[in-house]
Amino acid sequence: VKSSELPVGVPDVNVETEPFWTGIRERRLVLPFCESCADYVWYPRSFCPKCGLSRPPWRETSGRGTVYAFTVVHRSPLEAWRTCTPFIIALVELAEGPRVLTNIVGCDPGQVHIDMEVEAVFESGEAGSVIYRFAPCEGRGE
Amino acid sequence: MSLRGRAYIAGIYEHPSRHLPDTSTYQVYREVVMGALADAHLSIADVDGLFCDNDAGFAPWSLAEYLGLECSYYDSTDTGGSTYLAHVGHAAEAIAAGKCSIALICMAGRPRSERALVRPNVTPEFAFESLWGSFGPVSNYALAASRHMHEYGTTSRDLAEVKVAASIHAQYNPHALLKKRVTVDEVLDSPMVSSPLHVQDCCVVTDGGGAVVVVSPEIARSLNRTEAKLLGYGCYIRHSAHGRSDITQTGAAVSGPTAFAEAGIGPRDIAYASIYDSFTITVIESLEDLGFCEKGRGGDFVRDGTLVAPLGRLPINTDGGGLCNNHPSGRGGMTKIIEAVRQLRGQATPETQIPNCDLVLAHGTGGFLATRMASATVILGGHDA
Repeated sequence: VKSSELPVGVPDVNVETEPFWTGIRERRLVLPFCESCADYVWYPRSFCPKCGLSRPPWRETSGRGTVYAFTVVHRSPLEAWRTCTPFIIALVELAEGPRVLTNIVGCDPGQVHIDMEVEAVFESGEAGSVIYRFAPCEGRGE
Repeated sequence: MSLRGRAYIAGIYEHPSRHLPDTSTYQVYREVVMGALADAHLSIADVDGLFCDNDAGFAPWSLAEYLGLECSYYDSTDTGGSTYLAHVGHAAEAIAAGKCSIALICMAGRPRSERALVRPNVTPEFAFESLWGSFGPVSNYALAASRHMHEYGTTSRDLAEVKVAASIHAQYNPHALLKKRVTVDEVLDSPMVSSPLHVQDCCVVTDGGGAVVVVSPEIARSLNRTEAKLLGYGCYIRHSAHGRSDITQTGAAVSGPTAFAEAGIGPRDIAYASIYDSFTITVIESLEDLGFCEKGRGGDFVRDGTLVAPLGRLPINTDGGGLCNNHPSGRGGMTKIIEAVRQLRGQATPETQIPNCDLVLAHGTGGFLATRMASATVILGGHDA
């Protein structure tokens, strides 16, 4: 089980993004997929920003990707995060294309590197909220 | 319509303080506005255009009322730190269209003395970016730095060179917050905040503000203030392009060429540049995108004193920049304009004044390099430019 001690916040869900967060609660990463552009939309919204198509259908992604950029946070003034340093913030490039802001967990901060293969993990908070983070792929731990 | 020669910066003022615990923020506005108007030999009653950011209040009316302005033209475009460079372009557009003739651009804030107001965030990206422990912009810029290092081999020593140049300039500025000259090793030995950015890769937090007065050519001639003529302006929003953007590239890749084309000159003609320096990486990416060096070669470019006045190939931020001198209200764009005008006028510190400084550039970076940001570039020249 890969989980972290990082704070699990409560996502700001609205009618436009509700299917995405429902997917997260089901431990699936689902994104709008525009058939005419043959491309996923990030961040999730109710139309394709490339061609304007309304209501692209939601499609499950592989949940896998690679680290595109990362930073190890050593100092944080945020009350909930101050005691969690060092922790990793990254842009993960999903196998399906979009680059997603997230944390990398289950990985020593000294071991994270660009192009490292990662997969989505899902973490629950006290309020019943569920969020996504990414961790090194099973069997490919660093 | 070209803006070349359609407006002049006739007045500038930078608040001399960096810590203002015993004043109201609006008093700071008043001080910088009166300072810039005095420098232009104008009065409050002459102003017919007001340009301010969203920190000035819910709308420009609060500031107009407080200062006692009568404005028939106003603009509160807010693109973070690049706001005031955009305001110079917008003021020139309004002047060229005959909508106003004496435009006041001003800003003030006291983040060192009072906690900044945190506004409720209603942006659509907020839900996907607020859960990961980011505080302020540093981790976002650190992501861009990590990618730049990966793609181009830029090093922490290269980033540190930007801070070193700023500190060399700041030692001559009596108002600079940090006046001590630092070495590359001292930057690297400073505590890591968000890798690869150390404390000394980050700009200062200061109270203060500044103002500039932009006027029509007719007014400029009547004031005998024709040494800072607007030659070119460009701006660009570079967003995440639904998760596919290149975070090693800023909006300067568009705002720069746009401004140079309007000015009819190129990067090699520039004698001095104010380059937005919220973080050292901001400078490296901007120098490349503005065309001062090849994309990806910013790290090579800044070595060997390139940025140090007066003899470097491209002296920048001779006031000490945001990294050492001043970054009032977390917004460094105003001071970038002011120092560029000082260089044109021959009013920089004697140690950093560039001889025969005839063409200058001021560049602003607002927002967040790894997600979405707005660049604005202003090119100025002397009377004969």
